Amino acid sequence: MLQKLYDWVDERVDVNPIWRDIADHEVPEHVNPAYHFSAFVYCFGGLTFFVTVIQILSGMFLTMYYVPDIENAWNSVYYLQMEVAHGQIVRGMHHWGASVVTVMLFLHTLRVFFQGAYKKPRELNWIVGVLLFFVILGLGFTGYLLPWDNKAYFATQVGLEIAAATPVIGDQLRTLLAGDQTIVGAQTLTRFFAIHVFFLPAALFVLLGAHFVLIRRQGISGPL
Amino acid sequence: MSEPKKVSRRQFLNYTLTGLGGFMAAGMMAPMVRFAIDPVFKPSAAGEFTSVADVEELTNEPQRFEWEIEQVDGWYESKVQKSAWVYRNEDDEIVALSPVCTHLGCTVDWASNEEYPNQFFCPCHAGRYTKDGVNIPGTPPTAPLPVYESKVEEGMLYLGQEIAR
Repeated sequence: MLQKLYDWVDERVDVNPIWRDIADHEVPEHVNPAYHFSAFVYCFGGLTFFVTVIQILSGMFLTMYYVPDIENAWNSVYYLQMEVAHGQIVRGMHHWGASVVTVMLFLHTLRVFFQGAYKKPRELNWIVGVLLFFVILGLGFTGYLLPWDNKAYFATQVGLEIAAATPVIGDQLRTLLAGDQTIVGAQTLTRFFAIHVFFLPAALFVLLGAHFVLIRRQGISGPL
Repeated sequence: MSEPKKVSRRQFLNYTLTGLGGFMAAGMMAPMVRFAIDPVFKPSAAGEFTSVADVEELTNEPQRFEWEIEQVDGWYESKVQKSAWVYRNEDDEIVALSPVCTHLGCTVDWASNEEYPNQFFCPCHAGRYTKDGVNIPGTPPTAPLPVYESKVEEGMLYLGQEIAR
């Protein structure tokens, strides 16, 4: 049945070469933990991506209940966590996953750094990776405010003060992030929400695409 | 005599890896899907009655009564205005009709059109209903007016959910 469906599409679109180009590549021996257990360090990038996918999915589902408004944000989070079936799990996935992404990303960075895998010709991919790191940190920072509880509020207060410490443009930067010159409130919350669910994910997709294309073009760095 | 089917190493790996991958994906997706479809499984507000009027007030002529209910909409609680046309029919039973036209949701009025003194009339598209709320063929509404669940306790009329007919 499934085979027939596949054949039907393949007959018309010739999908075989497409997925072969994407998926059909041998894993080099020095990268395969089945040969050398220590090669598990090469998994961190893939794990980062895997957890990122979980973040995207759980985040999409959370927006079915969440409202980015100071009157309702906390209540809607409380509702989805306490009243909606499996709300605790879905929000838990997003909450803990946020930390796991950052940890995996860090381990991946350490591996690339200590193996010198960032050296020519892969400097460009290192730069893309660093940008991805900033995007992920930005996602963590903006997502932290969204439950609109005390912890979120004061953490953002601190974050905004850090932004304000930027030389020359500090105050403008703070205002740009907070949406108001003095208040951390309604406009800050919608702003952070927009950045969290639209702007940063868009940047994330573009950068991830570039990251993967570059890996394909350049191959995985050779054995040490 | 047919040989027992041999499963090749490639097939075996394909099946187990697809199975394992599917199992993991399902484990990941299951809570999220259940989370998303939760509204379907929430208990309905049926069975909640509100005191609307003194039974003594009811006559054979439909009268309009209004009342408020506490509506809980997820994390948002509010008061919602409800209204009904209530009267006693020939068998002395209490009938409470929703005033919301089944055509496009305007509010119907009792005997507001002089040509049809014994009918409910909707001003938006001239929809008409008989006194028991049945839509009159040839006018826009396609269904009778919904009826409220009702009960009488200690001389007071209680109305619950409206039921489409």
